[in-house]
Amino acid sequence: MLLRSWTTQADSRRKRLQRAADICPDKVVPAEAVTSLLEAILEPGDRVCLEGDNQKQADFLARCLAKVNPERVHDLHMVQSVIALPEHIELFERGIARQVDFSYSGPVGARMAQLVAAGKIQIGAIHTYLELFGRYFIDLTPQVALIVAHSADRQGNLYTGPNTEDTPTIVEATAFKSGIVIAQVNQVVDKLPRVDIPADWVDFITEAPTPHFIEPLFTRDPAQIGEIKILMAMMVIKGIYAEYGINRLNHGVGFDAAAIELLLPTYAESLGLKGKICRHWMLNPHPTLIPAIESGFVQSVYSPGSELGMEAYVSARPDVFFTGSDGSQRTNRAFSHAAGHYACDLFIGSTLQVDLDGNSSTVTLDRIAGFGGAPNLGADARGRRHCQSAWLKAGRQAQERPAAMPRGRKLVVQMVETFREQMQPTFVDRLDAWAFMENTGMELPPVMVYGDDVSHIVTEEGIANLLLCRTAEERSEAIRGVAGYTPVGQGRSRSMVENLRDRGIIRRPEDLGIDKRLATRDLLAARSIKELVHWSGGLYDPPQRFRNW
Amino acid sequence: MEYLQYEFQGTGQPKLFRSAVLAGVVSSGNLEVLIEAADLNGRCSVEVRTSAQGYSDIWRAVLNDFAVRHDLSNLQISINDGGATPAVVSLRLDQAIEEYAEPRHD
Repeated sequence: MLLRSWTTQADSRRKRLQRAADICPDKVVPAEAVTSLLEAILEPGDRVCLEGDNQKQADFLARCLAKVNPERVHDLHMVQSVIALPEHIELFERGIARQVDFSYSGPVGARMAQLVAAGKIQIGAIHTYLELFGRYFIDLTPQVALIVAHSADRQGNLYTGPNTEDTPTIVEATAFKSGIVIAQVNQVVDKLPRVDIPADWVDFITEAPTPHFIEPLFTRDPAQIGEIKILMAMMVIKGIYAEYGINRLNHGVGFDAAAIELLLPTYAESLGLKGKICRHWMLNPHPTLIPAIESGFVQSVYSPGSELGMEAYVSARPDVFFTGSDGSQRTNRAFSHAAGHYACDLFIGSTLQVDLDGNSSTVTLDRIAGFGGAPNLGADARGRRHCQSAWLKAGRQAQERPAAMPRGRKLVVQMVETFREQMQPTFVDRLDAWAFMENTGMELPPVMVYGDDVSHIVTEEGIANLLLCRTAEERSEAIRGVAGYTPVGQGRSRSMVENLRDRGIIRRPEDLGIDKRLATRDLLAARSIKELVHWSGGLYDPPQRFRNW
Repeated sequence: MEYLQYEFQGTGQPKLFRSAVLAGVVSSGNLEVLIEAADLNGRCSVEVRTSAQGYSDIWRAVLNDFAVRHDLSNLQISINDGGATPAVVSLRLDQAIEEYAEPRHD
């Protein structure tokens, strides 16, 4: 009989920690020893989670990892939410890492596309956040996690501050499966304001030479919101939010969503909608939500991450936001995305390309952008059971046969202008995602939101309600009917579009009783970052680059 | 700079509430629209000066839809365009004509 060991992972952990003890016997590791520590702990082919979302980044640990000797540490399989820093790319250029599973790639998307083409990066899959987190507990459990927190005490307890984000999820998956957790912090202190991660889940901490990088990703300057976005926001408020009574929702990041937020205290108020729409949110603390909070529209906001400059404002509004005993915000991306998927009745977001079935993607030929949370938030929650009137109404509209089993539907709204910059049409016959799949050898085209999950498409021309369409042809014609002067839009049948309009499937601003003359910047509750600061009573402290006064 | 000219046969009754309306400004991504009453035997005449070359077919489609949408006739429309998208052009035209067709109370 063969004797099988049931402790190979724990044994491996023990060996790694023995090697690490030669470099640094303490839990607190000097910054200059971190690269040697990583060389001692890591083994070729390891799965490594490098923390970094689109907000906070374990940037010091990323720099240290990019400096290890590729003769010793190579062929790592990176699992991480976001590929954003130059060091993330360097790992692949130097052969330290070969494979990656991720959700989103920001500013380095173009370089990443080149490295994929050159065979230097193998992409496992582009995930939605919740899906990637789920895989940390099933088939992508990290051997080593490199994480980031605001501060640590000498035992290794961690305080994340408002940007808790992905840290609890990564640590949970690693620490409870014999993995090793290394944290970078801005400072080691005697006493923490609160404990976000307990010390016995953390193996090493190091004080980074500079505070970790954090990006104010969710700040949209109202000065850049034009009249088309205002017109579209008016249509969304009157034609969707009021129509369905939307009270549990999530907004994508973008100027389209920011315009809606800034029209709540003005346009929505004038329609008598306060208390009737937009009460409960899953949302990062968007500065553009301040006027809606202050004017009494918003009751609660649960956030995946915080936002730079919003800390004091959030702390002063604990009835609205989730805060800890220290007074500062606590966030959690995994719980937020579970909440967004199951407990919200509507998701609204933007995209780069939409085809005639309503499929959308932000992947274009020359850059890999990824999707973040959109595929999860922008998908009908088929497992949902609890009833809300908006969910039930959408379900009734989508019901094809009177005798079919009744069920609800999530409202998934895509809000786009028909042309992007440089007159690039948003509506296309074929998504670039197909060519991307062919070029990279992926098994499926990377689609962000699938057409059969989309309930409404909103453009400057009007709203197409896809729930009411009964055939694929009707659906395509409804999409053409709001696709404007793009080649796809000009291919519409005028008589069929008029028929769809008579049936309320397509609704123009005039059908909704919207006076287009109101679609000016005067309708925004705040027209600048400075006015947002005023709305917050001086509590919002915008990052320097947004201070243009 | 491109100069384009279009004519549409009007169908509706002339709406002569004002002699002229000016809307918008010429700036990047924006446009200026001047709508004037003109005795053109029911037709509408549109002239466009645009900084963006090569979009005459889209201009024709945008302007034709605009004329049909509002049953226009006997109007001279002049546009100075700073490279606005069709969305902005349509919105600005709609805003201008709604202003033009508003009965005056003064």
